[in-house]
Amino acid sequence: MTRHDEGSVPLLEVRGVTKSFGAVAAVAGVSFPLYAGEAHALVGENGAGKSTIVKMLAGVHRPDSGTLLVDGEPVEFATPADAKAAGIAVIYQEPTLFPDLSVAENIVMGRHPRGRLGMIDRAAIRAEAEQLFARLGVRIDPSRPARGLSIADQQIVEIAKALSADARVLIMDEPTAALSLVEVERLFSVARTLRDAGAAIMFISHRFEEITQLCQRVTIMRDGRHVSTDPMAGLTVDEMVRRMVGRELGTLFPKQDVEPGAVVLEVAGLTREGAFRDISFSVRAGEIVAFAGLVGAGRSEVVQAVFGVDQRDAGTVKLNGKRLKPGAPRASMAAGMALVPEDRRQEGLVMDLSIERNVTLPRSRALAKLGFLFGPGERREARRWTERLHTRYRRLGDPVATLSGGNQQKVVLAKWLAMAPKVLIVDEPTRGIDVGTKAEVHRLMSSLAAEGVAVVMVSSELPEVLGMADRVLVMREGRIVAEIPRAGATEDSVMFAAMGQAA
Amino acid sequence: MFGTVFKARESGIVLALVVLIVFTATQNSRFLSGQSIRDILLGTAILAVLAVGQAVVMITRNIDLSVGSVLGLSAFTVGSLLRDNQGLPVIVALLAGLGVGAVCGLLNGVLVRFGQVPALVVTLGTLYAYRGVIYFWAGGQQINADKLPGSFLSFGHDSIAGVPWLVLIAVIVLVVAGIVLRNYRAGRELYAMGSSPQAAELAGIKVGRNTIAAFLVSGGLAGLAGVLFAARFGTIDAAAGNGYELNVVAAAVVGGVAVFGGSGTVWGAGLGALLLTVIGSALAVLDINQFWQQAIVGALILLAIGADRLVAVRVQRALKKRDSHV
Repeated sequence: MTRHDEGSVPLLEVRGVTKSFGAVAAVAGVSFPLYAGEAHALVGENGAGKSTIVKMLAGVHRPDSGTLLVDGEPVEFATPADAKAAGIAVIYQEPTLFPDLSVAENIVMGRHPRGRLGMIDRAAIRAEAEQLFARLGVRIDPSRPARGLSIADQQIVEIAKALSADARVLIMDEPTAALSLVEVERLFSVARTLRDAGAAIMFISHRFEEITQLCQRVTIMRDGRHVSTDPMAGLTVDEMVRRMVGRELGTLFPKQDVEPGAVVLEVAGLTREGAFRDISFSVRAGEIVAFAGLVGAGRSEVVQAVFGVDQRDAGTVKLNGKRLKPGAPRASMAAGMALVPEDRRQEGLVMDLSIERNVTLPRSRALAKLGFLFGPGERREARRWTERLHTRYRRLGDPVATLSGGNQQKVVLAKWLAMAPKVLIVDEPTRGIDVGTKAEVHRLMSSLAAEGVAVVMVSSELPEVLGMADRVLVMREGRIVAEIPRAGATEDSVMFAAMGQAA
Repeated sequence: MFGTVFKARESGIVLALVVLIVFTATQNSRFLSGQSIRDILLGTAILAVLAVGQAVVMITRNIDLSVGSVLGLSAFTVGSLLRDNQGLPVIVALLAGLGVGAVCGLLNGVLVRFGQVPALVVTLGTLYAYRGVIYFWAGGQQINADKLPGSFLSFGHDSIAGVPWLVLIAVIVLVVAGIVLRNYRAGRELYAMGSSPQAAELAGIKVGRNTIAAFLVSGGLAGLAGVLFAARFGTIDAAAGNGYELNVVAAAVVGGVAVFGGSGTVWGAGLGALLLTVIGSALAVLDINQFWQQAIVGALILLAIGADRLVAVRVQRALKKRDSHV
């Protein structure tokens, strides 16, 4: 591993930058250096201003004051193209691909290799994509369109994009949020290779084990302000959390013991060709059942089919003993089932609508008087739930798109909780959420279960699965391969089942 | 697989064309006479030039509704120019039309880019504004064929090596646009912008500049089409090209250019233009009320959109199945 001297010039330096949106200061006086051959973690709660920093480095926003320096020289990025030209590649939290274009073309967009007469060289584009995927150890067909790729695969394509641009500074804004353990490992080995080859990496994640694994230096932010920048070696996770949150956290998984009641949800023989096969399970009132497994094992597909968003080829779903119509999410909702989807931007929110309208959307009929929605009733309802979830926003009337990722997730949760469901299905409930909020979401799930709600949770985060679930159903390649009670669930037993090896 | 989707669409149009032509020809053999085919090709040439411009704009997730008015303005400008300068060479007329159109297109592009207003609204406005300019200028006057130089009129009817000039120009436009869109960075960037505007911005594509350029191309081609229109019909009044915009959009949509941008080819748009022209001409030959033409075009658009949707759903399903993880 290359180590730089304290005195050397950073590849990229952020010096005293400030950025406000309207009256709200998103970032105020933040400074840190990114050295060649070093991975630098940027941590902070949701809304701490991390994404704003990323956008300034990407050339999307311009700082109100302060400077960015590349190789010690002050630079100004007027457009994303300028940042790219300076060798900065950004991998965003939400992948930014062109769905209609081929995967290979997505990778080289803007820098197509050219052959004779200045025409783009398709063979070279394909070869480049294949070579990059080989380097990343993934098999994605470069000629397929980006539309329909899973989030994990889209993220991989984003990484290939950055690699192909020969970026000197690689900024990763929560790249691992949607990846399985195996994929994270693969990404990290690539990141380490790049780092050791002299690239500077800035890494944003809410998972401390990843940060400590990959990074040598850490900058902590709170409420848009710079708290500290230190070498990772001298810092414990507890200390980082304390600085981020500015207070001590309670227990991370506040699971209450609940005596399970009658069976509420009963799924038998659920099958969809090519996705999952013969899935049977039941959930009692007050129980939290977790689906564990690698990304792509078919967990999300199962819960989507249970809810009725996706069609199923065979099998039945019963709620309180009554069969639910397949492929009819409306009927499922009416029967008391709620699904908080994984991809919140696409499936969980109407980005341009206001926060309050989003929260009350599934209940707009119940809240309407004479067919009209009136402000106060809607607002009261929205305020009750957003406050219970400690959502950070300026006004309830603002579009959801203006919120940070974690707060968007809270709005999705608020929306479904407002329905008072009997069965709550949550797909990756804390993906992209900071520690403080995570604890809140967990506490909430636990208290809902205590109120008698049957909770089904899909999660790729093992600590969450182990901490929250009464029972763990492990899926592999579209089948349930193990059912592990809380007492028997350990990191090893779940992982071994998920990977297909005997414990 | 992605390629086959487009091929499916284009072969569908070809199939529809063949069926229509064979059926009409069996009903009335005059349909395949030299004169009839010439008329169809000349009509297609004008519509195809417009459709190519429209496709370029639609691929970027915009639309240009002003093309009919731009065509009219260009035709009238060129007509007046030639009436007053009988000796003007045809190439100058073509360039003048192109220039008038380019200025109109530039204005559209600048309004869309800097006004941050949807193209639909901007070009709906300029549709009326440009038409208003023609009426203001032309009033009730009409430029007749006998006022235009003979060389210009023969350009509208003559052929070179058996190919009418108009058709040759349309084919050149089609080929150049097709190659640029498929094989040059600039073209690929237009697809990227239409596919995801935010991602295009982040990828460092100059979205604003390219948007203006797309409208410039569409306007320029509409101006060129105006010259072709003047040469073919010889009679130009203030209503020239009225209502063309909808035919043009229909041709592009039927030809598989997605209204939401990011996909479609100019070849498809050209084939769409051919199909619409053939339908119009077949109905005349079959002695069916022209009223039906509009109904049929409408049905075709719905069919095209329905087919697109069906294909999209199928493709999505196929991709999902294939995507059992690696």
